[in-house]
Amino acid sequence: MAKQKKGIKPTLIWNSNWEYSPAPESAKPAAIAKKYELFIDGKWQQPVEKGYFKTINPATEEVLSDVATASKKDVDKAVTAARNAYEKYWRKLSGAERGKYIFRIARIMQERARELAITETLDGGKPIKESRDFDIPTAANHFFYYAGWADKLAYAFPNQKVSSLGVAGQITPWNFPLLMAAWKIAPALATGNTVVLKPAETTPLTTLKLAEIIQEADLPPGVVNIITGSGETGVMLTQHPNINKIAFTGSTEVGKLIQATLAGTSKKLTLELGGKGANIIFEDAPIDQAVEGVINGIFFNQGHVCCAGSRLYVQESIAKTFIAKLKDRLATLRVGDPMDKNTDIGAINSFQQLKSIQSYIEIGKKEGASFYQSKCKIPNQGYFCPPILFSNVAQSSRIAQEEIFGPVLCILTFRTEDEVIEKANNTPYGLSAGVWTDKGARIFNLTKRLRAGVIWANTYNLFDPVSPFGGYKESGFGREGGLHGLYPYVQLS
Amino acid sequence: MAGKKHLFNITILSHPPIDQTGTEERAAKFTKRSIKGPSKKQGLRMVLSMIDLTTLEGKDTPGKVSQLCTKAKQLHHQIPDLPRVAAICVYPSMVGIAKTALKGSDIKVASVATAFPSGQSSLRIKLSDTRLAIEQGADEIDMVISRGKFHSGEYNFVFDEIASIKEACGKARLKVILETGELGTLEQIRKASDIAMNAGADFIKTSTGKIQPAATMPVTLTMLEAIRDYYYKTGKMVGMKAAGGISKSKLALHYLVMVKETLGEAWLDKKWFRFGASSLANDVLMQVAKEEEGTYQSATYFSID
Amino acid sequence: MSKTERLEVWKTYKLFIGGQFPRTESGRTYAVKNPQGKTIANACLSSRKDLRDAVVAARTALGGWSSRSGFNRGQILYRMAEMLESRKVQFREELVAQGQSVSAANREIKNTVDRLIYYAGWCDKYQALFSSVNPVASSHYNFSTPEPTGVVALIAPEELPLLGLISLLAPCIAGGNTTVILASEKKPLSAISFAEVLHSADVPGGVINILTGSRQELTSWMSGHMDINAIVASAIEPDHWAAIQQSGAKSVKRLFNWNKIDLTSAQGQSPYLIMDLQEIKTTWHPIQSIAGSGNSY
Repeated sequence: MAKQKKGIKPTLIWNSNWEYSPAPESAKPAAIAKKYELFIDGKWQQPVEKGYFKTINPATEEVLSDVATASKKDVDKAVTAARNAYEKYWRKLSGAERGKYIFRIARIMQERARELAITETLDGGKPIKESRDFDIPTAANHFFYYAGWADKLAYAFPNQKVSSLGVAGQITPWNFPLLMAAWKIAPALATGNTVVLKPAETTPLTTLKLAEIIQEADLPPGVVNIITGSGETGVMLTQHPNINKIAFTGSTEVGKLIQATLAGTSKKLTLELGGKGANIIFEDAPIDQAVEGVINGIFFNQGHVCCAGSRLYVQESIAKTFIAKLKDRLATLRVGDPMDKNTDIGAINSFQQLKSIQSYIEIGKKEGASFYQSKCKIPNQGYFCPPILFSNVAQSSRIAQEEIFGPVLCILTFRTEDEVIEKANNTPYGLSAGVWTDKGARIFNLTKRLRAGVIWANTYNLFDPVSPFGGYKESGFGREGGLHGLYPYVQLS
Repeated sequence: MAGKKHLFNITILSHPPIDQTGTEERAAKFTKRSIKGPSKKQGLRMVLSMIDLTTLEGKDTPGKVSQLCTKAKQLHHQIPDLPRVAAICVYPSMVGIAKTALKGSDIKVASVATAFPSGQSSLRIKLSDTRLAIEQGADEIDMVISRGKFHSGEYNFVFDEIASIKEACGKARLKVILETGELGTLEQIRKASDIAMNAGADFIKTSTGKIQPAATMPVTLTMLEAIRDYYYKTGKMVGMKAAGGISKSKLALHYLVMVKETLGEAWLDKKWFRFGASSLANDVLMQVAKEEEGTYQSATYFSID
Repeated sequence: MSKTERLEVWKTYKLFIGGQFPRTESGRTYAVKNPQGKTIANACLSSRKDLRDAVVAARTALGGWSSRSGFNRGQILYRMAEMLESRKVQFREELVAQGQSVSAANREIKNTVDRLIYYAGWCDKYQALFSSVNPVASSHYNFSTPEPTGVVALIAPEELPLLGLISLLAPCIAGGNTTVILASEKKPLSAISFAEVLHSADVPGGVINILTGSRQELTSWMSGHMDINAIVASAIEPDHWAAIQQSGAKSVKRLFNWNKIDLTSAQGQSPYLIMDLQEIKTTWHPIQSIAGSGNSY
């Protein structure tokens, strides 16, 4: 019927007679081995103290593989291998030849893309659609980009003599395992350094496959070493005296510990830590696209994104309409089996993380914010969290200040430009922000005054190897990507 | 539904800004949905039921139109339980032929009118063009807006014209063709959509199919969002017709995904969504046959009318 | 040749225009001889009309090529390197037939592949080096970026039939320009064979067009053609270049003589060669400053 009865608010019906059938990706191409050793000096080596830990699929809780735990002796072996490779071979190789090795890695990643994407989804819980279309291609592209810099460093630093640092110790997080490994390894190699990298405990598999690819590319032994293990292994790596540089992506809490550990040493450090990104919607924003940008900003990758737009600041004059549209959009988000091609929001990475998110949800409710949860179905097993909105959140709420790292959006309103700039900046974090408005002059005003390392105007969560990424304040220091991404790995004189 | 003629109000023209890049990104996401198995079979049949089988050529004859109507009533005898298309779409001079040929079936007869496709004529002529079709029995009228007047900024003219044609339609449902390929930006398209809906359109339609570009996903998305905002504001449903350039089943299914995830269940019905197409039907039939038989099909097994 | 030996099928060398291999519309050819004086092929003697067609193809392809991302152009240049590397035997034989020693041929091919990779790497980087945000004194956001000049005519050197060609071609297209190339007159075969590499490297038709023929004839038509935006030469006689400069002035062509660059060394490649074929565009936009709080620090 064309018209609604008088008095009944128009509503859209989201449950449909036409439901999408399961569209599962096959797990077979992942070819995950039952057991993985450490990759040191170009060889797969058993850990000195024979310890292994299990990595599981957070969507099903099934065990995927046994992975070696690197002890102090293994860390030492790896660093020594990296040091030898650096001194005897890598630092002497011409930039052009270094670049060609890195091109090879990029190419092979492209060729093995499907295997890598499926592995990433199984190990970490993110939707196959994201691994396939974002994580893996972007990771390969980082290698392509930095391969091209290897023989061009003289142009990147005017009037400076450029030299490499030596051995880089790198620690990557579980939210974008392969991509973060690419962000670390590619610039390090391009600038002539060698690497010892420790991937996150819950997601080691794609980094281990990257080690296979590195072997396939015939990279000289010891140039890249992968040591798996828990946080403890990472600590040992940061403490090793024969390392020239540490790069860490992870929580602000651990970042501070590492920074303290390095005090008194001459090790260079870059940190890429947490965030509490403010996504700011002005009343003249392109509303429907802004809704999409907000959704993408907080629910992409289950909200496990350091630069997530976890604080929504919406101008009060359009708040009601905007929130109603957000809720409509939430209704079509699909939470479920990450291996299903139609899944938008996959599994939470670990039981621990799920508990943490749930505790913040309780805090939010206790603080008096208005709670809204998507009505989607959640699988019975595995670690899942539906997308959640908290509105009527105050600047002083804990959920508006602390990083939740999950699919939880906090909505606050504002009235003037100055007010929202002040509130957006009112945080120890400073990684990212979003600005939605039709007015160019306002965009540039905000990009000038927001204290964040990445500002997205009329878009969100866009990444490109040529674009520098990194934070202000407690979100860390140093940049990854672009020309600025070379700085952390060179010595200038 | 006949009623009082609508009056132009300047507030109709206010709409939020539209970002082209963001719209394209959102439209692209719909193409990532994987429609397989039962949902594919169901989707394909839905597509068929939403087709306005169209012939709009200068060389159309009674013979051509009758044959098309025969096809409409029986798309493919070898596949059982196929839905029928929603409508036949022809020029006013052919409405009578179509009406006779389709007697007894529930397939509607839609007629283009108002100096289709250019719309460059007087209101008097456009009204008599419409009445000719109505008198011959047309169930639906596909009119074109005056793009020239639109670009001159004479929005009230555009509005009044639509309202007048709507009045002449009587019980027939009015589809308003915006000719999006001539309008330019998505914001122009949004403006034209709002004018058409407020003036009484039962459907808003992308294109005449006579120029490029015709329907695209970002353009259709913009129109669907206009329909949604209008529905929330007034409680009135308006239908969407995507015409021109949709000849493959896969694309048609992407469109249905877009409708489902923008407007929801109520619009997934031939009463509120149409494909204006000619060769789409055969591609869908081939896909339906493939789903049934499990093998890729050849065009030689499907009648071309 | 004995009765049991197999007769070889000789390659016909045509032009490369718009992604296709047409013959010259003039029907003329000239004999390409090896150092012993034996004719090894008949190359097309291009006409003014061939040049016209090539420029049309290049102009048509310019919009698409220049709007591709730097990353995409880099991928294509990298693929060109892959294709050339995998055909090095073919190219070596051809270079040797045209008078090179085996070792010189090997060296030339190696350097050509490496140079393609070099420029592949620049495609998405030169912008970061040569753009700027300019700190104007007024409340405006002001930025300068390079943009490709347009359709560029390249006059390849007579020697180094492969390396010479690439040394001009790669920086030109890496920066988003499209090109019409005049191959070496004495040794044109490698250029036409290189077109086969372009074909298999996903280079869109019209981005690179290759003509063979008389240097004197073709360069004079090039310099007068109103729809060519720039001309680059290397290893050209001063008188010849002066004539091109004279004629090129009629359409304010950008003219570059890269004769001082040693193509066989690392000097033969540089991002500044990319920049020779770029224009600089500067844009201004207001930054609004709402009265009230000044600094957000």
